[in-house]
Amino acid sequence: MTSNRTKAVTLHGLLVALALILSYLEARIPVFFAIPGMKLGLTNVVVLVALYCLGTRSAIGINLLRILLVSMLFGNAMSLAYSLAGGLLSGAVMILLKKTKKLSIVTVSIAGGIAHNIGQILTAMALLQTAALGWYLLVLWFTGLASGAVIGIIGGELCRRLKKILELGV
Amino acid sequence: MKQLQKYRTDLLVLAGLALIGLLLGLGLLLFGQQGGQVQVRVAGEVVANWPLSRDGTYTIEGADGGTNILVIEDGRACITEASCPDGLCVGMGWISRSGQSIVCLPNQVVVEILSDGTDGEDTDVDGVAG
Repeated sequence: MTSNRTKAVTLHGLLVALALILSYLEARIPVFFAIPGMKLGLTNVVVLVALYCLGTRSAIGINLLRILLVSMLFGNAMSLAYSLAGGLLSGAVMILLKKTKKLSIVTVSIAGGIAHNIGQILTAMALLQTAALGWYLLVLWFTGLASGAVIGIIGGELCRRLKKILELGV
Repeated sequence: MKQLQKYRTDLLVLAGLALIGLLLGLGLLLFGQQGGQVQVRVAGEVVANWPLSRDGTYTIEGADGGTNILVIEDGRACITEASCPDGLCVGMGWISRSGQSIVCLPNQVVVEILSDGTDGEDTDVDGVAG
C-alpha cells in the first residue's frame, strides 16, 4: 500500500515536471508556420498519459497544476487565459470521450487537440473582440488534428510501457 | 477487416472531424470575397480604416507602446515590421479576402479585411469612442 502510494505520488510529480520541461522546450522552438496559437501541443501527452494510466482525477489535477505553473514560470495573465481555455476544454473533451469507452487513445487525443485550439480561438475572439478568426480556426483545426494524432500515438506507446513497469493500484 | 471493425467508431469520428474541417474551409473560400478596406483595431477599438485600393505604408501604434508597420499594395495588406518579440504578425504574410485578419497579440493589434461599404459591420454600434 505504502509503496503504491509512493509510486503514485512520484509518478504525479514526474508527470508535472515533464509537462513543465515540455512547455519550456515548446516555448524555445520557433513557432511553426507562423500561426499564433499553433503549437505542437507536446504537453498534451502528459495529460493523456495521466488520464489513461492514473485516471480522471489525476488527469484533472495534473492538467490544472501544469497550466498554472507554466503560466507563472514562462507566461503572463494573457497566456494564462489562453492555456486555461485551451487546456480545460481539451481536458474535458478527452475525459468525456474516454468515458464512452468506444474510442482509441489516438482519436481521443485528436479530439483533445482540436478542442484545445477551439478554446484558444474562442479566447482570442473574446480578448480581441473580433469574430474574424475563421481562417485561423480552419488552419488550427487541421494542425490540431495532425498534432493530436502524433501525440495520441506517443501517448499510447508511453502508457503501454509505463503500465508494465508500474502496475499501480490507483 | 477485423482491425477495421475494431476501429469503426474511431474512423467515423475522425471522418466527421475531417469533414467539418473541410466544410469550414469550403465555406470560407465560397463566402470570402475580395475585401474592400482594411480595418485596424487596437485593444478592441477601431483606430483606422484604409481602402485596399490605395497603396501605402502606415505605422500602427499598438498597446504598451508597441508598433506594427502595415503595408498595403496591389489590393493586399501585410505587416512588414513589428516591435513584438515573436514577430508572428510579420510571418502571417499577405491578406486580401474579407474576413481574413492579421493578429498581433503582444501589441493587441487586429488588422482585418472588410468588404466594401461595410463600416465596421455589427460590432461597432457605439462608434463614439473612435
